[in-house]
Amino acid sequence: MKKRQFYNKNYLEYVKGISPKTNEKRSLFRAFIVGGFICCIGQAVRYALEGIFQLKGDELSAYVSLVMIFLGAFLTGLGVYDRIGKFAGGGSIVPITGFANSVVSPAMEFKTEGYIYGTAAKMFIVAGPIIVFGVAGSVLVGLVYYVGYMIF
Amino acid sequence: MVLEIILTFLKAFAVGGAICLIAQLLINYTKITSGKILVIFLLSGLVLQAFGVYQFIVDFAGAGATVPISGFGYLLAKGAMEGAKESLFKAITGGITAAGMGITAAIVFGYIFAVIFHSRSKKN
Amino acid sequence: MSRTIFFRNKPIILETASIGGPKESKGCLKDYIERKLDDDLFDEKSFEKAESKMMLAVIKKVIEKAKLDDVNIDSIIAGDLLNQIISSTFAVRNFNTGYLGVYNACATFTEALTIGATLIDGGYMKRVVCSTGSHFSTAERQYRYPLELGSTRPPQAQWTVTGAGALILSNIGDGPKITCATIGKIIDYGVTDANNMGAAMAPAAADTLLYHFTENGFSPNDYDLIITGDLGTLGSRIMKDLLWEKGIDIEKNHVDCGELVYNLAEHEYQGGSGAGCSSMVFCSYFYKLLKEKKLNKILLIATGALLSSVSSQQGESIPGIAHAVVIEN
Repeated sequence: MKKRQFYNKNYLEYVKGISPKTNEKRSLFRAFIVGGFICCIGQAVRYALEGIFQLKGDELSAYVSLVMIFLGAFLTGLGVYDRIGKFAGGGSIVPITGFANSVVSPAMEFKTEGYIYGTAAKMFIVAGPIIVFGVAGSVLVGLVYYVGYMIF
Repeated sequence: MVLEIILTFLKAFAVGGAICLIAQLLINYTKITSGKILVIFLLSGLVLQAFGVYQFIVDFAGAGATVPISGFGYLLAKGAMEGAKESLFKAITGGITAAGMGITAAIVFGYIFAVIFHSRSKKN
Repeated sequence: MSRTIFFRNKPIILETASIGGPKESKGCLKDYIERKLDDDLFDEKSFEKAESKMMLAVIKKVIEKAKLDDVNIDSIIAGDLLNQIISSTFAVRNFNTGYLGVYNACATFTEALTIGATLIDGGYMKRVVCSTGSHFSTAERQYRYPLELGSTRPPQAQWTVTGAGALILSNIGDGPKITCATIGKIIDYGVTDANNMGAAMAPAAADTLLYHFTENGFSPNDYDLIITGDLGTLGSRIMKDLLWEKGIDIEKNHVDCGELVYNLAEHEYQGGSGAGCSSMVFCSYFYKLLKEKKLNKILLIATGALLSSVSSQQGESIPGIAHAVVIEN
């Protein structure tokens, strides 16, 4: 039996050439509009919280992200967010509502395996890397700055 | 005053939309999936803030820069940098303290809505 | 030795039964699918349970339609896409028969037919039920993402069929006969994009067809129709190109089950896929055409992409497989 090569460069190039492409302009336009719109909702929430509860600074931005995550999670629960995602692509993935979506969707999906090993354990199968890299990165930044402040 | 508010919204729309447009460009050209997109934008926000750049974008665009996930990275880096001024302890915990609200909200709301709602099939 | 089997006793397809999900029931085959579901949960708690219940329903139905009882069935050969083929296993545990669980991804249907026909042709068994099924929501979770995740679907992606089909093979009776089968070879050209299954499976389909035609001296014109399982629009194009290169033209009489299932014009993706695709389409539409003598000789070639979520995360390419069976009146 001769060893077979599981790779055919000509074929892969041919497939690449024949495969349909995403509609470039349309997808970019949709991502821009939906992404911008979600950010405007964030800005509106910011003004509302500022006006009604007189919040300021870090506290204000923390509550804004709380509200945005609530909205993202709620729309996911209602089954609306995946439709928005199909329409908007990157426009609904990148805002913090997309982060909420990536936490809630597996949590809902794996509920069939129970509330502990399903919902709780599988909650971060998509969003886990964000927490891992975010926290690790912030520790790194903190340590570098700490050493910097010590030296200078 | 009204003009100022409208301008703020316009800036938020433009910058937030532009960040999402870059994400869509990445999706179109590299076929990377949503999990990786989120990590890339988080890290770029974090790194930009570590070099002190993202603060300018936030000052300019407000929610347009804080609502995208890169704003989350910005928050983490900012917390760590401010903590580093005080003590080693705060340098390590500063990031997650600043981002604590976001993570807590995601976990709590995530669990609550997962208990309330069921997954449905996609229609198309 | 040859990969092609000719059946001397010609096993007969006695009856078929099919079931389709809500999306499939609105597609081009809506007048042919026997049982149409309004809700793809099928009154169950999970999509996995629903998939199993669909297979149970078609197997029950086909036995009932043939006016038989499960003690008259020697064996059930079934398969699906889930890990450890649980849908088939949990469906067949309700029957008092032998069970062979088979897996060749979306090519499982013709694999089951080949095994069943061989068992009957050899005189070892009298009646065998072959069944496969798949469910969009279970496949999506296993191979891709949670359903509610707002991810985009690339234009080369296919849509897993929610549906199942079952048929009874018998040594006596009336109906279309299985006369010949060609067992496929695993072909891997190094496609790694799990969304582009058509491109991963097309070389295998082309290889099996090429073998079937050249080794046995057949030509595409011998068949009324050459029916591929779930290559989709893109995969069919690629397969026809590959065969064209070798001097075989099947443009005239080729159809793809995946292309047939949905109203493609409305959507950007490439058509249906999944183990249930070929079985549901054959057991509803093509079996009826064969019965009505509108078709007399067909080549059914189901294609499978043999990937798992683990293998694609580890960067493995996607091997393809295709088995062909000849069915004639």
